[in-house]
Amino acid sequence: MDSASQDIQSESIVVRFAGDSGDGVQLMGTQFVASTALSGRDFATFPDYPAEIRAPVGTTFGVSAYQINLGARPITTAGDAPKVLVAFNPAALKVNIPLLDEGALIVLNIDGFTERNLAKAGYSKDPRETGELNGFQLVEVDLTHLTLEAVKSFGLSKSDAGRCKNFWALGLVQWMFGRDVEVIEGWLEKKFAKDEVIREANRAALHAGHAYGETAELAAAMPHLGTDVAKFDPGEYRGVRGAEALALGLAAAAELADRRLVFCSYPITPASPLLHQLARMGEHGIGIFQAEDEIAAACAAIGASYGGAIGVTSSSGPGVALKTEAIGLAISAELPLLIINSQRGGPSTGLPTKTEQSDLYLAVYGRNADAPIPVVAARSPSDCFEAAIEAVRIALRHMTPVFLLTDGYLANAAEPWRMPSMSQFAPIKTAQLAPVAGEEPRARLFNRDPATLARPWVVPGTPGLMYRIGGLEKDIRTGNISYDADNHQAMTRLRADKVERVRDFIPDQAVELGSDKGRVAMVGWGSTYGAIYQAVRQLQRTESGISHIHLRYLSPLPRNLGELLARFDRVIVPEMNNGQLATLLRDKLGLELIQHNKVSGQPFQVRELVAFVKKVLAGNQMSNVVPMVQGERS
Amino acid sequence: MSAVLTPKDFTSEQEVRWCPGCGDYAILKAVTRALADVGATRENTVFVSGIGCSSRFPYYIESYGFHTIHGRAPAVATGLKLANPDLDIWVVTGDGDGLSIGGNHLLHVLRRNVGVKILLFNNEVYGLTKGQYSPTSRPGTRSPSSPVGSFESPVSPGEFALGAGATFIARGIDVDKAGLGAVLEAAHGHSGASFVEIFQNCIVYNEDVFESFVGKEHAAERQIRVEHGKPLVFADGARGLAFDSATFSVQIVDAVAQADRVLVHDETNATLARILLSMKEPALPVALGVIYRKPAPSFEQGFYANHPTKMKRTGSVDAAMRKTSTWWVG
Repeated sequence: MDSASQDIQSESIVVRFAGDSGDGVQLMGTQFVASTALSGRDFATFPDYPAEIRAPVGTTFGVSAYQINLGARPITTAGDAPKVLVAFNPAALKVNIPLLDEGALIVLNIDGFTERNLAKAGYSKDPRETGELNGFQLVEVDLTHLTLEAVKSFGLSKSDAGRCKNFWALGLVQWMFGRDVEVIEGWLEKKFAKDEVIREANRAALHAGHAYGETAELAAAMPHLGTDVAKFDPGEYRGVRGAEALALGLAAAAELADRRLVFCSYPITPASPLLHQLARMGEHGIGIFQAEDEIAAACAAIGASYGGAIGVTSSSGPGVALKTEAIGLAISAELPLLIINSQRGGPSTGLPTKTEQSDLYLAVYGRNADAPIPVVAARSPSDCFEAAIEAVRIALRHMTPVFLLTDGYLANAAEPWRMPSMSQFAPIKTAQLAPVAGEEPRARLFNRDPATLARPWVVPGTPGLMYRIGGLEKDIRTGNISYDADNHQAMTRLRADKVERVRDFIPDQAVELGSDKGRVAMVGWGSTYGAIYQAVRQLQRTESGISHIHLRYLSPLPRNLGELLARFDRVIVPEMNNGQLATLLRDKLGLELIQHNKVSGQPFQVRELVAFVKKVLAGNQMSNVVPMVQGERS
Repeated sequence: MSAVLTPKDFTSEQEVRWCPGCGDYAILKAVTRALADVGATRENTVFVSGIGCSSRFPYYIESYGFHTIHGRAPAVATGLKLANPDLDIWVVTGDGDGLSIGGNHLLHVLRRNVGVKILLFNNEVYGLTKGQYSPTSRPGTRSPSSPVGSFESPVSPGEFALGAGATFIARGIDVDKAGLGAVLEAAHGHSGASFVEIFQNCIVYNEDVFESFVGKEHAAERQIRVEHGKPLVFADGARGLAFDSATFSVQIVDAVAQADRVLVHDETNATLARILLSMKEPALPVALGVIYRKPAPSFEQGFYANHPTKMKRTGSVDAAMRKTSTWWVG
C-alpha cells in the first residue's frame, strides 16, 4: 500500500463497485446508496450486470458492477468516469480500468490476485507489476482473508464466510466517506431478523472494514473521500428505482381512476422487475397474471379492460413485437390498454441486460394497417411515476391503447425522489354513457365524447346494454360489423383523429434548460435525459444559446413543438439508436436535424455529448449517424 | 331478475351469415336453448371468440360478445374472468383457431382450469379461408393446400384436452338437439374450464366428413352415449364395452350375454376417459356425452383466494410510497 494517500474532495464523485456476479456488488451498491441518501447528497446509480445469472467465476464477461454518482445537485447521470473503483478480482479490474477517471482511486482485493484468477482475466502478468496501473492511486487490501478473520467466531463455512466480504468492503468505503455504519446495520437487522448468525457475521465484517480504515489512517495510508452536500428543495424524499416508481405510478393511476388494475406479463429481461414489484402490491387492487406467452399477456390485459379493469401488459422489445396484433385489436375495439416497453439492445435477443432506446419506431409505426396510438416516454427513475399516471390517463380518457416507453437503465437505476402527494393529481375520468331523455341508451353505445372521440366504456354485466365488438370493422354509428367503403374511410379517419385529439389534452412542450430560442436545441426523449441535461449545463458555462428540450409525448407531438424548434439555428438529436426520433421529427415537423447516435448498450456520457456539440458549433460536424463505438466498451 | 327468458331472447338482431345448411345454425339453436334452460341472464353472459366461421358466433347471441383475434380467445377470456369472475363466459373456437394457431392458449386455459366454457367446433377443415386441411384433418385429406392428400397426423381434441389437465371434457354433434343440449347444460354447470368438442358439418368444404357415425343408418352402431354410473352400451343396448387387459383398451362384447363384463362409465376416471376419447369408428364407436368430469378449484377461485385483498383497494399510494426509509429536507 502506498504510504502517502491522497484525499479526494470534489463537487461530486463517481464510485464503482465491481466483482463476480456472486460477490454481492449490487447489494453493496444499494446499501451504499441508502447511506448516501441520508448523508444529504444527490445521487444517480447504474447497475451494470451480465446476462448470465452466475457466469463462470473470475471471468471478464461475468463481471457485475454498480456505479453511483453522488454529491451536490443536480446529479442526473451515474457519471462518465469513476473516481473510485472497488475491484474484487483481476477480471473486475481489467474490465473497468478503461472507464476510470485520471488519478482514480482503486481499492483492490489482492486475495483475488491469484495466478489462476489473473489467467482467467486474461492477464499474463500481474498488472500491479507491469506499470499499467501507474497514475492511479492504489489501496491494496487482502479483503477475503480479513473478512474470514472477522467472521471466524461465527463458525460459518468458508464459502458463507467469504460471502461477507461485500460488507467488509462496504465498511471500508463508508469510513473513507467519513460515515458510520448505523444505517446499514439497521438494514441487516431487518433483512436477517430470523438468521442471527448471518446477520451478526455481516455486521462483524462491516465493522471490521470500517475499523480497518481507521487503523490504516493512523499510518496515513488511507484516503478520505468527500463531496459537497446537495441543496434539495424542501420536502420528503426517498430513493427510488425506476421499476419501483413505475409500479407506484400504476397503483396511483388505479387509485385516481378508482378501478382495479390487472397486470399481465410474461417474464423477460429487463421488464420483470416491474412484475415482481406489482406482485407485492395487491392491496392497491392490483392483480397479476403471469401469462403463457407475450401474446396471451396482451390479450388477457385486453380482456381485463373489456371487463372494466385497467389492463396493463409489460415486456421488452422482442415480447412487444409479439403483442402487435393484439394491440391492433385494442385499437379496433377501442379499449384502454397500457403497453409498457422496457427497451433493451436488439434486434432479436440482442443485449438483454443492456440499454437502448430503439423501439420508438415499433411504438409509433410498428403495426399492420393505419393503426395510430399515443406514445409516452419516461425520462428518469422517479419520472416513471408520473409517466405511468399520464399513460393510463390517456388510455382511459381516449379509450385507446397507449405505449409507455422505458428502458433497462431506467428500470434498475435509482435516484432521490421528492415524493408527491396524491392530492396533487386530478382524478382519471372515462367516457360514460350519458343518459339522454327520450333516447334509448343502447342506441348511444357508440356516441362519442366530442372532445376525446372516445366511446363510452360499457362493461359486460351492465343490464340492458348488451353489444358485440371485435376486430372486424364496425359501423361508425351502431358498432355493428360493416364492410361499407365510406364507413371504413370514416373509421380510419376517426382512429387517426382520436390520437390527434390527445394533443388537446397534453401540455405545450417546455424547455428543460436554457432559453426558448437560440443557437442549439438538444432534443431528447427517454433515459438520455440526465446526460443531455448535464451536457447542456456544462456547455452553458462557455457557450451561449444552448437549450435542452426533452419530450415526454412522442405521439402525438405537442402542438407547439415545431414552432419551438424552428426558433433554434440547429437542432441536435442525441439518441441511443440509429436515429428514430430524428426520423419522427422529420416526418411530422419537416425539420432539418443533426443526429448523434450511439448504439453500444451503454448510456451516453456527458463528455461525449459536450464534445459533439462543440464540434457542431465549430461548424465541422454534421450528423454522426454511424454508431460511435470508439472508446466505448459494450 | 325479470321473467324467464326464452331461446328467442338470446337471439340477436344481427343477420346470420353462415353458409345455408351449415352445422353452425344447429349449434346456435342448441346454445340459445341451453342458455334459456339454465336460466342465464343476457347481461352476465359473454361470448368470446377467435377467428374463423365458428368465431362469428358472438354476433348472433343477444349477450355481450367479443370477436377477438385468431387463436387468442382463451387468453382474452382469462383476463375478463379475472376482472369479473361473476360473468358467465363462453369461448367459441374451431379446430384451426383452437388447436393450430391458438393451441398454446387452449393448453393453458385448460390446465389453469379457468371458469369458462369452451365450445370447439370441429369440422376438420379451414372453412373461412376456403378449405385448406386443418390440424384435425385425417391423413389423405385433399384440399387446395394438399392437392395429393395431407400426410400429417391429426390431433385428437379430447385427448389433447385430457393431456392438458382439463377437468371437464364432453362431446356432441351439431344436429343432435337432445345430446348436444344435455352436454351444453352440463358444461354450464361445471365450475372450472369445460371443454366441449362439437362435430360440426362444413357443408361447403368438408361435407359429411362425420357421416360415417353421424348418419342415421350408422348412428346406433357407431356412437356410444356415455353416462356416469351407467353401463357403456350401444347399438340399442345390444353391445357394450369391456376392458381388454391384453391391449389396455376396450373391446366390444355382447351386452346381454356378457353383461357382467360391460364397463360402467366413471366420469372421474382419467384412464377410462383416455380410452373413450381415443376410440375411432368403424372399429369402435365414437363416444359422446360427458366423458370426463373431475371438479377442481378454478383459476379464478385460486386467484382470489390468494390475493391479499380479493382485488379490493385497501392501501393508499401516499402510504405505499413511504414504506421505505425516507428523509426530510427543509
